Amino acid sequence: MEKIITVKNLVKKFGSFTANDNLTFDVFKGEIFGFLGANGAGKTTTIRILCGLSSPTSGELKVAGFDIYKETEKIKQNIGYMSQKFSLYEDLTVSENIQLYAGIYGISVKKRKEKEAELLKKLDLENAKNKLIGGLPLGWKQKLAFSIAIFHEPKIVFLDEPTGGVDPVTRRKFWDLIYEAANNGITVFVTTHYMDEAEYCDRVSIMDAGKIEALDTPAKLKEIYNAKNIDEVFLKIAR
Amino acid sequence: MIFGVPLIQMLILVYAATFDMQKIDMVVVDKDLSSTSRQLVAKFDAIPFYNVKNAVFDEKFAEEMLLKDEADIALIIPVNMERNLIRDNEAQLQLLVNAIDGNSAQLAFSYTANIIAGFNKNLIAEWKGTPEFAPPAKVNISESYWYNSELDYKWYMAPGILAILVTLVGMFLAGMNLVREKEIGTIEQLNVTPIKKYQFIIGKLVPFWLIGLFDLAFGLVIAKLFFNLPMVGSLFLLFGFASVYLIGVLGLGLFISTVSDTQQQVMFVSYFFLIIFILMGGIFTPVESMPNWAQEVNRINPIFYFMRIMRMVVLKGSDFFDLIKEFISLVVLGITFLSLAIWRYRKTA
Repeated sequence: MEKIITVKNLVKKFGSFTANDNLTFDVFKGEIFGFLGANGAGKTTTIRILCGLSSPTSGELKVAGFDIYKETEKIKQNIGYMSQKFSLYEDLTVSENIQLYAGIYGISVKKRKEKEAELLKKLDLENAKNKLIGGLPLGWKQKLAFSIAIFHEPKIVFLDEPTGGVDPVTRRKFWDLIYEAANNGITVFVTTHYMDEAEYCDRVSIMDAGKIEALDTPAKLKEIYNAKNIDEVFLKIAR
Repeated sequence: MIFGVPLIQMLILVYAATFDMQKIDMVVVDKDLSSTSRQLVAKFDAIPFYNVKNAVFDEKFAEEMLLKDEADIALIIPVNMERNLIRDNEAQLQLLVNAIDGNSAQLAFSYTANIIAGFNKNLIAEWKGTPEFAPPAKVNISESYWYNSELDYKWYMAPGILAILVTLVGMFLAGMNLVREKEIGTIEQLNVTPIKKYQFIIGKLVPFWLIGLFDLAFGLVIAKLFFNLPMVGSLFLLFGFASVYLIGVLGLGLFISTVSDTQQQVMFVSYFFLIIFILMGGIFTPVESMPNWAQEVNRINPIFYFMRIMRMVVLKGSDFFDLIKEFISLVVLGITFLSLAIWRYRKTA
C-alpha cells in the first residue's frame, strides 16, 4: 500500500516537557487512521505538526509526498484541517465562509457555486445559506467545518476531535460524512477520545504520555489485548 | 462607532485644544488723564478682544488684580505722557503682564504692544512681567499673517487632530482585528491553507485602509461644516498622501499584532508608539523648537510627516514638489513597516 504520511522519530519538546516522544508511524492512502489517546497525550501536538502549524523539534516527516521542513506550503495545498476549536468565521454567513475558503484554494467561481449548492443540499442547510454561522447549533457547525475542510478535495484531511461535545446521533451522522470522504479517496486522520469511534477506523494508534503504545486494526488490537472492545484495550494501555 | 468617535473627538478637541487668546482682561492705570491717554484707552475699549476693567489710579491696585488673576495685563500710563510725547516726540508706557502662563503672556504683550504702536509709533511699551519672565527679545510687528490670516487656531488644530484620528482608527482597528483572530482561533484555519503571507497581510490591510480614507473624508467635511476650514490645496493630492501614509501606519499596527498574543498587548504597545509619535509629531509644539535629538527621532515618525502634509496642503495649498521630501519618507516608512509585518507573520509557530 502507498504511504501518504511517513513519520520517523518525531520529537516535539516544549521547554523541558516532551509532548511527542520519538513517534514513528505511517498512514496509508485512503484509510481512516484513528489517533487515540487521553487528554494531554500529545495528539493535538502531532496533528498540528503534520498540518504545518507547528514545527517539530526533530524527526523526519513527509506528508502527501512533501517534506515537512522544506515544502510546507505545498503540503498545505493538499490537506484539509478541522481544529478542535471551531474556527470558521462566526460573523460571516455559511455562504461567505465557503466563498472565502474556496477563494483561498483557488477554486473557480463556477465550480464553487456547483459544489456549494450540492453541499448545502446534502447537509440540509439550504435555508441557512445566508445565516451567520455563529447562530447555528454546534452539530451543524461541526458538519459544516468538516465539509469546508474537504471543499478543495485535499488528499488528506486532519480532524482534531471533530465530535467533541456533540450528541450521539449527530456523531453518527458525522461519521457518515467521514466514510463518504474516505470513499471519495480522501485519507482521513482523526483524533478522538471516544473509544466507540475507534471501531469505525481502519487502523488505530493509541498514545499515552507522548508515546505510541499500540498501532493496528481494531480487531487485531482486541485480540492482542484480549479485550471485548477498544475501550478495554485503551484502559489496559493507559494504566 | 468608527464614525461617531472621530466626530465627537474632532468637535471636542479642536475647540478645547487651542492656544487662542479668547479675551484679554486689561486694567488701566491712567495717571496722565490727558486726551491722548483717553484716546488710547478708548481704542482698547473698542476692540472686542479686550475687556478693559474700571480704570484705577493706583498701580498697587492693578498689581493686586494681576496677582488675583482678575486681569491679564495692566497698562500704566505715567503722568505727563502726553506732554513728553509732544515735547520729546517720545513717551514711555508700562505694561505689566501676568506671566504665569508664559505663552499667553507673550501673546498678550505682543498684541497690546502692537496696538499701542499702531496708535502712535512714538509710544514705547516697556515690558514688565510678574513673576519675572524673560520678555520676547523683540516685538515683531507683522502686517499680515499668511495662510491663516485670521489667526484662527481651529484651522491650525483641525488638520492636525484629523491626522491623529485617522492614525488611531487605522492602527488600532487593524492591530486588534488580527490579534483577535489569534484569540478566537480562526487564524489556525487560515494558517493551514496555502495562503501567502503577503496575501494575508494585504487582506488585513485593505479594509482598514479604506476605513481610514473614509474617516479622513468624513473629518474634512466636519471641519468644513463646523470650523469652515479652508481647503487651499488639492484634495486629490491630500488623499494620495494619506493613502501612502495609511499603508505605513497600518503596517506598523499589523506588525505589533503579529508579535502580540492578546488584545491587551496590542493596546499597550500601540499606545507606547502613539503617545510618542503624537506628542513629538508637532500637534501642540512646533517641531522646529524641539531639541535636535527629538527632530532626529521624528525622522521615523510617520505622524510628523503626515501632520505637516495635512497642514501644508490644507492651509497653504502646497503641491507635490513642495512635499517631495515628506513623500519619500512616507514611502520608505510604508515599505519598512509593511515588510516587517509580512516578515514577522508566522504561519508555523
